[in-house]
Amino acid sequence: MTKKLMKGSEAIGEAAVQAGCKLFFGYPITPQNEIPEYMSMRLPQVGGTFVQAESEVAASNMIYGAAGAGERVMTSSSSPGVSLMAEAMSYLAGSELPAVVVNIVRAGPGLGGILPSQGDYFQATRALGHGDFRVMVLAPWSIQEAADLVQDAFDLADYYRNPVLVLGDGLIGQMMEPVEFSEGREPIKALDTKSWATTGCDGSRPPNVVNSLFLDPEELERHNLKLKAKFDAMAEVEVRYEAYDIDDDYDVLIVAYGTVARVCSTAMEELKEEGISAALIRPITLFPFPFAAVRDAAMKASSVLVVELSTGQMIEDVQLALARSRPIHFHNRLGGMLVSPDEVVAKVKSMLDGSSEEVRHA
Amino acid sequence: MPETVFARPQALADVSTHYCPGCTHGVIHRLVAEVIDELGVRERTVGIAPVGCAVLAYNYFNTDFQEAAHGRAPAVATGVKKARPDLIVFAYQGDGDLASIGMAEIVHCANRGEKVTVVFVNNAIYGMTGGQMAPTTMPGQVATTCQLGRDVDQSGHPIRVSEMISTLRTPSFVARATVHNPLVAVHAKEMLRRAFRYQVDGTCFSLVEILSTCPTNWGIPPVESMSWLEKNMLPYYPVGIFKTPDGGSREPRPMTE
Repeated sequence: MTKKLMKGSEAIGEAAVQAGCKLFFGYPITPQNEIPEYMSMRLPQVGGTFVQAESEVAASNMIYGAAGAGERVMTSSSSPGVSLMAEAMSYLAGSELPAVVVNIVRAGPGLGGILPSQGDYFQATRALGHGDFRVMVLAPWSIQEAADLVQDAFDLADYYRNPVLVLGDGLIGQMMEPVEFSEGREPIKALDTKSWATTGCDGSRPPNVVNSLFLDPEELERHNLKLKAKFDAMAEVEVRYEAYDIDDDYDVLIVAYGTVARVCSTAMEELKEEGISAALIRPITLFPFPFAAVRDAAMKASSVLVVELSTGQMIEDVQLALARSRPIHFHNRLGGMLVSPDEVVAKVKSMLDGSSEEVRHA
Repeated sequence: MPETVFARPQALADVSTHYCPGCTHGVIHRLVAEVIDELGVRERTVGIAPVGCAVLAYNYFNTDFQEAAHGRAPAVATGVKKARPDLIVFAYQGDGDLASIGMAEIVHCANRGEKVTVVFVNNAIYGMTGGQMAPTTMPGQVATTCQLGRDVDQSGHPIRVSEMISTLRTPSFVARATVHNPLVAVHAKEMLRRAFRYQVDGTCFSLVEILSTCPTNWGIPPVESMSWLEKNMLPYYPVGIFKTPDGGSREPRPMTE
């Protein structure tokens, strides 16, 4: 297929359709309305169904029903809406149902603002809902990568029978870039048929029950351990990141994800022109976080710079990775303000001349 | 050859339930199962269990089931039905689940005209959590969170769900029934049969509200609970058909005798 100029939201929707998504349930919230709008037009063309739900609470519970019935299903929202989906995220994980959820993050807390932010990192990686569960979190830095990750997300969700979260920001949602969808794409995991789905017990099997209630504590403990094994497997084999210039000599390692990493890569080019070399690790999976890659790359550096559009959330994972072996510096913008390449350049220079203070408390 | 004149419906699992003595959930389960059997749809039926006393309904029906979050059964049912329109999907919900935390979901499910069936069991109290006031609790009725009786100045009047849902323009079948004696239970089964029939025919959304007892949390012995329901609930929650998909309705009638 040839490259096509697409808006991020539309590319995300088309990627879902290409991945076999048959149902979309959503509720309007800026800045991601183009995703449900696109799906409302596109899904009927492929025999699928779009429903505008009465709330994110309902949309995410419709996801639960459709996923339980064995179809590929997606919803999208933005930060306050994702908070309302916390209930269903927990039930999906507890009932082991696959679903893809897209969060086009806006600045918070509360109603916040509609401009880009990375303030939902904790929510995404630690606390998408109550109870003991994790979800894979995929963070694209371009429209092409958003399209690729959305397709992968469906395979990962089906394989692990667990929700997968695609975490973007308003830039990913609104920006236009060339996108290419490969023809005859194969699933990235070997997938079983969904023999557990509630498709009607036609006499060939006993009734299937989709459920997260286990009143017997021993049974629930076994269930928790079964889920834990899945999360461990994700951490073992699903870590994704990209490393930039880590084979060169460098003093500063930058760690950033999503569109912020793109700003940092521009900053690195500017630094290079001035003869200053820095390396970049860009986590693509935020859970599982690339702890080993960050640690190994940091060992070659004298200090590490974390750049985020938050008051400091991913920095906690970097701190875990480094275990105090290297000083960590931090640069951020908040409230929908963006980090500029010049700011990153200035921060790296200040780290090198000793005028930047390392982070004592994240 | 001896003829079988009475048997457990195939759609009802051969297990004991956890329901208290004098609770009518068991009767309602059986009526639903009989209707599923009689329509011959067991093998393509998916039930949605609520949070509340019927949370374990998936253990009691011999059909596929999904357990929903509190109040979300109509949303989950929507998801199942949209994914597989050939399935017969029913949500089984109590009054706390449907009329309080799940009010948005039931109203919009009905208003979209989802071709699903909702069995709404109204016993005027939260049962599973231990007898708290529900939106359906009667004025003056004692509950653990209104120990002097429901004060309508503070908590408003009990919500009449069937009346409310039947105001929606979207075609649907809405009826209220009761099962406090065998005679009225026959009527309840007829309402359930019509509700499921409308779904099998792809006609409309259907909701059957069934008045139920809660001797444990009402603090009234089982037999007296039946008459308490008849005396206190029936006049306020009249039995009958509130809405039919062709736009007609039958005036509900109080069933006090």
